[in-house]
Amino acid sequence: MIDDTGITVAFYVLAATTVICALMVAFVRELIQAVLFLALSFVGVAGIYVVLSADFVAVVQVLIYAGAVAVLMTFAVMLTPAADRHNSETPFWGPAAVLAGLVLAVIVFVAYDTSWRLTGREAFPATAASLGEAFLKPYVVPFEVASVLLMTAMIGAIVLTKDEEDGADA
Amino acid sequence: MPLALLSIITRHWYDIRDLSNLSGAIEDRIADAGGPDWLIYVVSALLGAGGIVAFIGGVAIINIWVERRVVGRMQSRLGPNRAGPFGLLQPVADAIKLMQKEVLQPRTASGLIFTAAPIMFTVPGIFLMAVLPWGRNMVLADLDVGMLFLLAASSLGALAVFMAGYSSNNKYALFGSMRVIAMLVSYEIPIVLALLGVVLFTGTMSLNGIVLFQEQYRVPIVMLQPLAFLIYFFAVSAELNRTPADIAEAESEIVGGYHTEYSGMKFGLFYAAELINAVVASAIISTLFLGGWWLYKLDELVPGWMIYIGKIYGVYFLFIWTRGTLPRFRIDQLLAFAWKWLTPMAILNIVLVAAEVLIWEESGWSAGLLIPVYVAANGLIAVALIVAFVRLLAPKFQRFPTRLRYYDEIAVPSLPATPAGSRPA
Repeated sequence: MIDDTGITVAFYVLAATTVICALMVAFVRELIQAVLFLALSFVGVAGIYVVLSADFVAVVQVLIYAGAVAVLMTFAVMLTPAADRHNSETPFWGPAAVLAGLVLAVIVFVAYDTSWRLTGREAFPATAASLGEAFLKPYVVPFEVASVLLMTAMIGAIVLTKDEEDGADA
Repeated sequence: MPLALLSIITRHWYDIRDLSNLSGAIEDRIADAGGPDWLIYVVSALLGAGGIVAFIGGVAIINIWVERRVVGRMQSRLGPNRAGPFGLLQPVADAIKLMQKEVLQPRTASGLIFTAAPIMFTVPGIFLMAVLPWGRNMVLADLDVGMLFLLAASSLGALAVFMAGYSSNNKYALFGSMRVIAMLVSYEIPIVLALLGVVLFTGTMSLNGIVLFQEQYRVPIVMLQPLAFLIYFFAVSAELNRTPADIAEAESEIVGGYHTEYSGMKFGLFYAAELINAVVASAIISTLFLGGWWLYKLDELVPGWMIYIGKIYGVYFLFIWTRGTLPRFRIDQLLAFAWKWLTPMAILNIVLVAAEVLIWEESGWSAGLLIPVYVAANGLIAVALIVAFVRLLAPKFQRFPTRLRYYDEIAVPSLPATPAGSRPA
């Protein structure tokens, strides 16, 4: 299945989309365009998940990253002052390029150095059901702890942004 | 089972009552000619996708006429009645007019996003049709996570609206798109919670599986979960940006909202996409809550896709009805409705459904006993909650308001006193 011509073609098309969009995020001048390219790059990653037959992860990737995170980022860009809304010239591009190159080198080295285990296992029959089972049976405690953590973060955000003065009539 | 009627349905390719005959015949022909496996996959994918795109395109054209005629009737008008018989050619005339119009683009607009937005607004609706089942064997992509796919694809529309509003570089467009985002963020929660109730009860996220559940227990989910149906219906009609909730375009307040600067076929695409999205939402409601292609015994006599289209148009009529009769909400009313009513009700619905599923699984009582009990109980609870909301929580209804509400409730610093009987210049 994974060695099919169609799968290979799909993988390279999706990989090219993801990488080109990720590069555009860095090179595009307008910050809103950068956010939109980032969303497109997320969709490309979701496509790669589909190729790997992880359909649940793929759909959640689109739902959370391309849907929610992209909207959140556009909000963040909208709320920044207009002067900072563009990728302007910066003296830090040299160090940033060196750092990015080093990260790329480490990732490529690890990818080549690791002896990847290839299993002959079939594709997961139903990832959603098995993920649900895993979350609510063996891993129920970490799952609940994570939800409490998110709840704390939400309450913290509300407390931080709440205006003290209009507490009377709010 | 009426055998005499069943025997009418044949397996000939030209028998359009079961469309899988046609695609099956084409695939058999390819297989007989020694065509490779991948060609059969490609051809069936293209057949399904072509069918869906053709349906969507046809619907977008026809529904302009349907919607204007029906709304016209509701508002004691005639609606379009000049072009062709019954005004049937009006959509064609509209489309030709839109294509001929000059496509203007503001000089300060950011071009790429401005052009991409209407396309990206249209695509998710067509995507969504891929996972909806049209008949027993007629589904293009029976995804295991079909329900999540619905949510994921429909969440992309928000980004498209934002792109349109932002790239226009127009303050009214930006107002419109910020309103849409605020509304979508609010209404996404009741939608997800209402759909979670359906998934919880049927135990599957595949849309085909949900239809098969309704067929197996011979009960449409709208009877089991009327509350979820109402929540989903209200929330989705808000997301669709139709009149009771069309604060995003609100032509009497903010010109045209996010598509203020669009003209020509780009505007036409927004217009068509709103109709497409309404049909897709009707299709989702008919699949999840009304049983899709199943209708008691009728689906043995009438092909499922015809029943399905009938149901789609039934729900679509409800959408037109709300559009034709209800006035527009203010944005604070609309958001308060989502947060103060729909979301708590949706959470109550989840708790209720979870308890019922647990009782079903643990008690060992048969479905034949439990389902009528659930139907009665959930119907009563839904009615009770709605009545309680209206009686206890909603502001009191006044047919003849004795004072200006919302005006002197707002603390306005110092308005110059106007003498009685005269108007300020």
